[in-house]
Amino acid sequence: MVEILFQRLLQAAAVMLAMSVLVFAGVYAIGNPIDVLIGPDATQAVRAEVIARYGLDLPLWRQYLGFLRRFLEGDFGRSFVYDLPVLDLILTRLPATLELTLTAVAVAVAAGVPLGMYAGYRPRSAAARAVMAASVVGVSVPTFWIGLILILVFAVWLGWLPAGGRGATVAVLGTEWSLLTLDGLAHLVLPALNLALFKLALMIRLARAGTLEIMLSDTVKFARAAGLSEWAVLRHHVLRLIAIPLVTVLGLEFASTVAFAVVTETIFSWPGLGKLIIDSITSLDRPVMVAYLILIALLFIVINLMVDLAYAALDPRLRRRRSAS
Amino acid sequence: MTADVALAVADLRTHFFTRAGVVKAVDGVSFTLRGGEVLGLVGESGSGKSITGFSILGLVDDPGRIVGGSIRYRGRELVGLRAAELRAVRGREIAMVFQDPMMTLNPMLAIGRQMDLALAAHGGRPAAARRARSVEILGRLGIPEPARRLAAYPHELSGGMRQRVAIACALLNRPSVIIADEPTTALDVSIQAQILREMTDLVRDTGVAMIWISHDLAVVSSVAQRVAVMYAGRIVEDGPVTAVLRGPRHPYTRGLLDSLPAQGRPGEPLAQIPGTTPSLLTRPAGCPFHPRCGRATEPCRTAEPERRADGEHGFRCHNPLPEAAP
Repeated sequence: MVEILFQRLLQAAAVMLAMSVLVFAGVYAIGNPIDVLIGPDATQAVRAEVIARYGLDLPLWRQYLGFLRRFLEGDFGRSFVYDLPVLDLILTRLPATLELTLTAVAVAVAAGVPLGMYAGYRPRSAAARAVMAASVVGVSVPTFWIGLILILVFAVWLGWLPAGGRGATVAVLGTEWSLLTLDGLAHLVLPALNLALFKLALMIRLARAGTLEIMLSDTVKFARAAGLSEWAVLRHHVLRLIAIPLVTVLGLEFASTVAFAVVTETIFSWPGLGKLIIDSITSLDRPVMVAYLILIALLFIVINLMVDLAYAALDPRLRRRRSAS
Repeated sequence: MTADVALAVADLRTHFFTRAGVVKAVDGVSFTLRGGEVLGLVGESGSGKSITGFSILGLVDDPGRIVGGSIRYRGRELVGLRAAELRAVRGREIAMVFQDPMMTLNPMLAIGRQMDLALAAHGGRPAAARRARSVEILGRLGIPEPARRLAAYPHELSGGMRQRVAIACALLNRPSVIIADEPTTALDVSIQAQILREMTDLVRDTGVAMIWISHDLAVVSSVAQRVAVMYAGRIVEDGPVTAVLRGPRHPYTRGLLDSLPAQGRPGEPLAQIPGTTPSLLTRPAGCPFHPRCGRATEPCRTAEPERRADGEHGFRCHNPLPEAAP
């Protein structure tokens, strides 16, 4: 286990180094940050002073090495736009995105796995066909359209839920959470639902495909022959046997949603990471873009590691062979 | 004798309604199984022997369905029972052992957990008692250190051990009938012999009745008292093992016996039955075996032979082989 962890750490370092080169070079290629930093009416002297201060006159490789050194020292740079340390900026936005994503993933799993298993268990029933038809809509209709429709129906026509923003929050352990206030929850429902729909459809389709296959297996026949109830067969045997692909996709979906819930966060003015990256791209806020994308690489690495640990927890064949037997 | 009938199957028909047409996998099977007896159910792949086993437990998968006949377990009709009633029969009254334990045991669950689920399915016992029963039955099947094995996963056991665990699962709730569907086919020959001996001991010691489904007449002759030979969804010959194997009356049984390696001479090719099992979609008219039969005459092509009996020895053939000399 320690070996594996060490190996993973080395891999992570290599991936992040590669990512930093790509991101730095890529961001360097777009736009001139000077235009963002100072007004068009600034004097030539001010202009030269700012260029020198940010090291923008140095060759790319020297700028990169300087960035890398500061990054390793824990200095991720300052946002041009907000004039705040990038790390602080990201950390204040992270809880908003995390609670949105976790809620969406929880909804997708809690509803998607049972619905998908039912659709795989009774594939020819009317309910299963309806679930599958809905899941096709879920994976094929674009998120922004569903988001707008949700706002139109629930915020504009019915007026039940707010159309955007994060609502009231409560500070727990130094971070703000909307999950803990009624107003915050009301603001969370629509964007979480919007984000959950695609994942929900994905979970349904995966759970259905797995269940369809496993129901025909000898394992299920043997369990039924022993007199297990259909519920026990599904709960104890089928769920365990379909779990691995579900966990795999869930990990990837979770990571990419934390990183790129851009569309939903924009539509619902949710002050999360997706909105931060979009704003930083439009305003050419280089330090934010670079630090953000590198941290996202770290996030994927951490989540992949967690998925691997989940595999080992789920599948005894992946655990180390016990020496006793 | 009739009071001791564990299972009586009469005119069982299990058909599969596929897009290509109706597959009559089991089409008029009748037999009885007495308490403490082993009945060998023999046939080639696709003869309907496994589907007969699954039909008894009500475990026929879609698009298959029992369309007729009766299955009486100790006088109680099983065909048409509600799902919950059938479930109570499975494992508790009639249990089943499958061919490949690698495929039947759940690789994700410890064997103790799988045995516990099978016991809990029939309720009524506290967890400690269930555990004790699991340990007892594993020990009974010759598994060393049974209490420690409960924590093992299927992949940590050898093939023979896995099949012993699967058999243990089937025995947990003390059923009075076991359907064993080729339980030794996936095992090494030396392990096969061990499992065969253990299962015959079991039948002798516990008085459980068993249907032993196999394509291997040699194996069946060593465990069963009676044998039924299936062909194209029907039993074509049945009777006491010695009578059927020493003096088969149906040409198909003769063909099966001739193709056993023990019957051939070294260096000479094994005898085989010409042709293949008919597709159950387009069953030949008359006797289904006539296209492959050297003794076929005109009536064989038009009329299906009825079962004829010579004492306990029955066969469906217009031109049976002569009775063996005593």
